Amino acid sequence: MTRKQRRLTLIGGGIGVLAIAVALMLNAFRDSIVFFNSPTDVVEKHIAPGTRIRLGGLVKTGTLVRGDHMNVRFDVTDGSHETKVAYQGVLPDLFREGQGVVAEGAFDGTGLFNADTILAKHDETYMPKEVADALKKSGHWKDGYAQRAAMPVGGPNK
Amino acid sequence: MIAELGHYALMLALGLSLIQSVMPIVGTRNNDAVLMSMAVPTALAQFAFVAISFLALATCYVTSDFSVLNVYENSNSAMPLLYRLTSVWGNHEGSMMLWVSILTLFGALVAVFGVNLPIKLKANALAVQAWIAAAFELFILATSNPFLRIANAPFEGRDLNPVLQDPGLAFHPPFLYLGYVGFSIVFSLAIAALLEGRIDAAWARFARPWVLGAWMCLTLGIAGGSYWAYYELGWGGFWFWDPVENASLMPWLAGTALLHSAVVMEKRGALKVWTILLAIVAFSLSLIGTFLVRSGVLTSVHAFANDPTRGIFILAILVCFIGGALALYAWRAPLLKQGGLFAPISREGALVFNNLFLTSACATVFVGTLYPLALEALTGDKISVGPPFFNLTFGPLFLPLLVAMPFGPLLGWKRGDLLAAAQRLLAAAVLAALAIAGGFALQHGGPVLAPFGVGLAIFIMAGALVDLAERTMFLRIPPAAMMRRAIGLPRSAWGAAFAHFGIGVTLMGIVAVTAWGSERIAALKPGGTIDIAHFRLTFDGTFVRPGPNYSDLVGRFTVFRAGGELLGAMEPSRRTFPARNMATTEAALMTRRLNQVYLSLGDPNPDGSVPVRLYFKPLVLMIWLGAVIMFIGGALSLSDRRLRIGAPRPAKAAALQVPAE
Repeated sequence: MTRKQRRLTLIGGGIGVLAIAVALMLNAFRDSIVFFNSPTDVVEKHIAPGTRIRLGGLVKTGTLVRGDHMNVRFDVTDGSHETKVAYQGVLPDLFREGQGVVAEGAFDGTGLFNADTILAKHDETYMPKEVADALKKSGHWKDGYAQRAAMPVGGPNK
Repeated sequence: MIAELGHYALMLALGLSLIQSVMPIVGTRNNDAVLMSMAVPTALAQFAFVAISFLALATCYVTSDFSVLNVYENSNSAMPLLYRLTSVWGNHEGSMMLWVSILTLFGALVAVFGVNLPIKLKANALAVQAWIAAAFELFILATSNPFLRIANAPFEGRDLNPVLQDPGLAFHPPFLYLGYVGFSIVFSLAIAALLEGRIDAAWARFARPWVLGAWMCLTLGIAGGSYWAYYELGWGGFWFWDPVENASLMPWLAGTALLHSAVVMEKRGALKVWTILLAIVAFSLSLIGTFLVRSGVLTSVHAFANDPTRGIFILAILVCFIGGALALYAWRAPLLKQGGLFAPISREGALVFNNLFLTSACATVFVGTLYPLALEALTGDKISVGPPFFNLTFGPLFLPLLVAMPFGPLLGWKRGDLLAAAQRLLAAAVLAALAIAGGFALQHGGPVLAPFGVGLAIFIMAGALVDLAERTMFLRIPPAAMMRRAIGLPRSAWGAAFAHFGIGVTLMGIVAVTAWGSERIAALKPGGTIDIAHFRLTFDGTFVRPGPNYSDLVGRFTVFRAGGELLGAMEPSRRTFPARNMATTEAALMTRRLNQVYLSLGDPNPDGSVPVRLYFKPLVLMIWLGAVIMFIGGALSLSDRRLRIGAPRPAKAAALQVPAE
């Protein structure tokens, strides 16, 4: 191989791998991205059943029902609208009524949100950033939330 | 008094770093040996003052001096000594102090051990190191001063964040920082070389020990963080593709690529421009990691405080250093001479292959981590890029790398013989094929890909052994001669084999846990039983156990083998910390060889039952064991004598020639 051919092989290989990487990323972006929505977004956007989303807001006080086989139901609210959520499993340490929550899952045909993951994503001051922003947007943010450093930490986020 | 001493020492260190960042460079411009030689004493003195400052802060913590705001906010006199010490870096200000301490430590190490470095390179590198130190010292003094006092000192502190009250915190952050900050030296050396406009193969030899050291510490730091998340967060996962984890993975990937490209540069004089770029990128990614984690852009345990001025300050540091370095690179790199010709199928070619795929994989992690932030800034849409994205991008790019890994060391320099390498790997391939067949025979309904994953892991491990066997002419010469060859083998060859073997071990653990791990969730009343894999657990009841600054609600479980044999007890708990009114889940682990049974408790239900989450994690310990093996490989390579000897000097060169690999 001449010097030129070797260099071309190298450059061609580099561009090839990079092209593969870009193709993989574009493909993954199409399929595997999950949008965050507040209950108000859910009402406004008419999210199709089966589409995976993250739903965030406050767990409405008085709506938490623990059923058999570790089934739980609760409402998520952003002050303007509410969404009913069903989940089966152990709730994270921080999960409390009146506190912020992020649930990941999809709607079934009846408007019930089936969560398969309840995220405990927050910092020390305990308020998921997405939820705080959603509350601010809907005008139901209270300054006191940021000071409520009262909740435990856990969940698949560090 | 001690706090003021620390504060003052830090200011003096800043002054020294300013001197160190200017004088040596002026010296190299004017060929003034006196000015150049100022770099060493200022680097040592700067480290001394930063160390005094750090020790002062540590003293405030150990003695529970709550008149210091930082101590009041993050410590508690009831905490054990270990946690009072580790809470020094369990908060924003203290962790930045740790960062700067390590940064100046590395500067001092270069000053002391860099005796082989050409005088100009050393002076410039120490000056660049001082730029970084000055920026971060200024950052601490201006926005994150840990020595602030409170007028009326409270009696008790607010305690450390409970999830951080864990022995892992004594280990994970310092190692991670040693890794992050270790790349700063390589960065400084790269910038120094660019400033001088001169770079040769010897540069790679100077940089190599620092790259290796940083890489080793980063490997262990990431593994430590992963194990901490595994047992402390109560979810039993070892990697979540969380942005905070990605922030540490990116410099590791770039550092691994750098480690390999530096070999080509050192041995063959090729890939110089690329290696310099990787050196800049590795530290830039460390800085980006620091920014992501510390600025409050991401919400996590690591984001101690969301103070916008800090984020902007770090962003400014980021833009200056990364932008400046890349601009200098664009300006100076064309001056560097390229050298070294090689065929695509050769050791060099294999290392280029490694670099292409590692950097592409790193790029996908980078995009996946930063895209949500960019999108939110641009459109306001909030998205999450989770494991599916990385499985679809990082996975396919890493796979060819893993398959090719055993071939690389068996190829010759300049022109390799792929067929001959493949023949030597025949034994490894046969073992892998047996493992795949065995996997399919034993597996009941697991994922189809799992046996192939195991086969690949076996192939990598056996490939590393084949490499060693080839080099020592295993079974082809008498044992005594073989031993002599083994001892005579460069330590770096042993190191590479160990590190590659470690990758195989980690891969094996990941495949086994992902494919054959099982999970059970149930609400148990006392006397209830739950089965998993070949274990049966009986719930005996709960009791309260007080701790120094917390109280545990312990669930006691007795573990039996399915046959009835008693194996022991497991005591997971829910730990409540009154100082912060927070609770954490303390999982119980039972280790059986490399497997673990993992048990964590939920909040007790009103009817008296307790939700439990039970996992069987087959071969899970191999994930972190592999990282330890990689660390050992790095240490072996670091002890290679050619690194201690440094650049060959003409007179001794012939006598000290290292056997060609």
